[in-house]
Amino acid sequence: MGRYDTHQHDVLIVGAGGAGLRAAIAAAAAGVRVGLVCKSLLGKAHTVMAEGGVAAALANVDDRDNWRVHFADTMRGGQYLNNWRMAELHAKEAPARVNELEAWGAVFDRTTDGRILQRNFGGHKYPRLAHVGDRTGLEMIRTLQDHAVHLGIDVHMECTVISLLKDGDRIAGALAYDRDRGRFRVFHAPAVVLATGGIGRAFHITSNSWEYTGDGQSLAFQAGAALQDMEFVQFHPTGMVWPPSVRGILVTEGVRGEGGILVNKDGRRFMFDDIPENYRSQTADSEEEGWRYVQGDKNARRPPELLTRDHVARCIVREVREGRGSPHGGVFLDISWIKSKITDAPAHIRKKLPSMYHQFKQLADIDITSEPMEVGPTTHYVMGGIRVDGDTQMSTVPGLFAAGESAAGLHGANRLGGNSLSDLIVFGKRAGEYAARYASDNVAGNIDAASVEDTVQQALEPFGRTGNGAASEGPYQVQQELQEMMQEHVGIVRTESEMNSALESITRLAERAARVQVNGNRDYNPGWHTALDLSNLLAVSEAVTLSALERKESRGGHFRNDYPEKDPAFAGFNILVHRNNDGSMRISREPIPEMRDDLKQIIEENK
Amino acid sequence: MTAPTSVSRDIVESGQRAARRSDSSAGSQTRQARFRVWRGDSSGGRFEDYETQISEGMVVLDAIHQIQAESANDLAVRWNCKAGKCGSCSAEVNGMPRLMCMTRLNDLDLEQPVTVEPMRAFPPLRDLVTDVSWNFEVKKRIAKFKPRPPDAADGTWRMAQADVDRVQEFRKCIECFLCQDVCHVLRDHSKHDSFIGPRFLTYVAALEMHPLDTVVRTAELKEAHGIGYCNITKCCTKVCPENIAITDNAIIPLKERVVDDHYDPLSALVRLFRRKLARDD
Ligand SMILES: Cc1cc2nc3c(=O)[nH]c(=O)nc-3n(C[C@H](O)[C@H](O)[C@H](O)COP(=O)(O)OP(=O)(O)OC[C@H]3O[C@@H](n4cnc5c(N)ncnc54)[C@H](O)[C@@H]3O)c2cc1C
Ligand code: SF4
Ligand code: SF4
Ligand code: FES
Repeated sequence: MGRYDTHQHDVLIVGAGGAGLRAAIAAAAAGVRVGLVCKSLLGKAHTVMAEGGVAAALANVDDRDNWRVHFADTMRGGQYLNNWRMAELHAKEAPARVNELEAWGAVFDRTTDGRILQRNFGGHKYPRLAHVGDRTGLEMIRTLQDHAVHLGIDVHMECTVISLLKDGDRIAGALAYDRDRGRFRVFHAPAVVLATGGIGRAFHITSNSWEYTGDGQSLAFQAGAALQDMEFVQFHPTGMVWPPSVRGILVTEGVRGEGGILVNKDGRRFMFDDIPENYRSQTADSEEEGWRYVQGDKNARRPPELLTRDHVARCIVREVREGRGSPHGGVFLDISWIKSKITDAPAHIRKKLPSMYHQFKQLADIDITSEPMEVGPTTHYVMGGIRVDGDTQMSTVPGLFAAGESAAGLHGANRLGGNSLSDLIVFGKRAGEYAARYASDNVAGNIDAASVEDTVQQALEPFGRTGNGAASEGPYQVQQELQEMMQEHVGIVRTESEMNSALESITRLAERAARVQVNGNRDYNPGWHTALDLSNLLAVSEAVTLSALERKESRGGHFRNDYPEKDPAFAGFNILVHRNNDGSMRISREPIPEMRDDLKQIIEENK
Repeated sequence: MTAPTSVSRDIVESGQRAARRSDSSAGSQTRQARFRVWRGDSSGGRFEDYETQISEGMVVLDAIHQIQAESANDLAVRWNCKAGKCGSCSAEVNGMPRLMCMTRLNDLDLEQPVTVEPMRAFPPLRDLVTDVSWNFEVKKRIAKFKPRPPDAADGTWRMAQADVDRVQEFRKCIECFLCQDVCHVLRDHSKHDSFIGPRFLTYVAALEMHPLDTVVRTAELKEAHGIGYCNITKCCTKVCPENIAITDNAIIPLKERVVDDHYDPLSALVRLFRRKLARDD
């Protein structure tokens, strides 16, 4: 393999968001040689954008909170399709992982007695989100990044993995290219951790960046790993809708956590109109009670704006469809109204939501301390992903691990806000630890030079097509059509006929993707990168659509117009996507193991 | 079930305002605009002119993406969040260091072509992308955070919000490196070997003023980090998209600490002692 730069690591980590960095730290702590690759510069991964907070039952603000309540909230939010073992570990370990960040230099907002402050968020019974204003993700990624810098980890920035390499059944490394020169690199490693984040760029309206093209899910699938729950895509209820160029950019749930209300064009606070049965006992029945809740009154129940994201998103879609939306096709989110309740409201809002204030002022010319925002649903997060073992995070391919948004299990049918940041640190750590252990117990595998050469040639094909004339087109057009098609046919509201036509479109788009041409050379060429991303986007789009067709009911983030109710017949299993020998996708139903009795009891107690 | 609230009138009115906003922008506001974009690499380059259709609310980054999709597929640009949060899209727009995603076109004079070029204090890689790896090397040289022993038996600490406010200002930094770009010590005098630049002076300030940290970094500030090169022109503060008061709140207090610890032996003793006391309570 003399033609390529080669690197030897014990554990190779793909992705430098919260999950990848935490995994790298854990693996380095175990004493193995760690390599970390990421598509962007260090510190720019999606985690940097997270706003609202990280969920952990520290009980600093409400001493009734503990891991049991967090576990029950997470399971209820996920509609009981969660991997309950992961939900248990997550709820138990998150507090220690958050405190550890403080020991590494993170500076969270404080309670009056000097401990880490916690805020309210949708679906969490008690205030549970440790936060730093509304830039919690920045605090987290910077802390992990700065801590990792001193641990002797080899970091390969702006380097994109395009294929996992195997030795027989198990993993042996990865093939990547670097962005600045387009050179290929071969990484040898007995253990690989995928921490590549989500798939949001498969949709048109999204809060996600160019990086979110489902690389990890697609790479794992190609390597023979099973994907799970891919139908569960989270549409966050509040993205910006105006002006068009900012459409989809996130408005943190923290706005509602601080008292923001949702109102239709007639000024009606519509969230009170439809409160789901299983949340009725926990939801305020008057505006006055909701306000007391966000003010910290322990005897009050949460306002309906803080119901789970799937529900709030659908209520907004209903208002818009029935003609009660805002001028630009959303609804109003108003935090300025709290001026009728507290005296220094504008200063308070700027303190609690500084980057939201900034974002609206600068991008939409709106002062959120005196005007409402216009918001609507935006593609935000994927609950599904690579199927992993709950304790070790190993996928169904030996030596291949996954953590963070690229892995499935913790969130079931719908993720609670704040549960992703805690997921990253809890399972990032576990993935790093078990990958290090695996690497120590297994010698490195062999890499087949011919298959590397094949993949490299394939990756370079779009250049060869330059000048093919009418038959070829640029990659951006195909990407955009795919995004619009998925938004329309496999978006918030789904039906069988539309999803079948989505599958046909995917086939046609795949043919076009195989013909796209790029110009220029290999140096930092975004056109080429987009061309290479297409196969990942197409793979995850197909996996989402096939899984969504299989789930003939509505539950959590997945809503079917032709099966609008939750169906108990679909309660007991996850939907998996496997790779057939010819590379095509096969769906199966995997029964969820019976929950342990002690956990069942916790759920009963918290009903 | 609850009736419409007292806020409803406000909402209805602002709905009308929003509608007017879009009316005024619907037809009239889309227009052609010209962009003069630097294309090239480490061996050199030149400005190329592009035209593209722009509409209400667009930012410079949108225009660059549109040009990329329409007529320059290989135009290199960094971005991630498009919301001013990741610090990837730094460039010089009409000669000013800016985040492209936070620079609205309607704030620029569109009668003239909009000039977009890479940050000039760093080596060009390709088009609008520069090699900022030096910054990542600098950070490794700064002594890392080391906390005092935990305050509570459960291994946690107590800090007052008033004490963390100061540090939180510096921790807002998104590492866009615009301040590094504009600082003449780096930009004009290329003192990259002996001066860490405003971003990392801010970083050291965050560590030094961290209520839990126990390391004293004044010696390295003076020697290795070259704080003496900064003559407080405040250009860095002016370009910071996070509005961090880099000079007033970070650099000047650090300079004072350096002076106290290294030029004035008596107050150095008092200071060290006082700082130690503060850390022990
Ligand atoms: C705007 C916004 C706000 C959010 N707010 C919150 C919140 O308040 N609380 C919360 O809990 N969650 C929040 N989330 C969700 C949360 O931020 C993400 O789910 C989480 O950060 C994902 O982290 P990760 O480590 O899995 O992946 P990321 O942080 O996305 O990192 C992925 C990494 O993988 C790399 N990568 C991808 N593909 C490849 C490849 N092929 N080769 C090499 N590297 C690759 C990328 O470069 C990147 O470094 C928010 C999300 C968004 C978008
Ligand atoms: S104030 Fe100091 S650091 Fe800032 S630009 Fe001027 S010389 Fe550089
Ligand atoms: S201090 Fe401000 S200008 Fe400098 S890197 Fe940080 S955010 Fe950018
Ligand atoms: S793209 Fe993140 S700051 Fe501009």
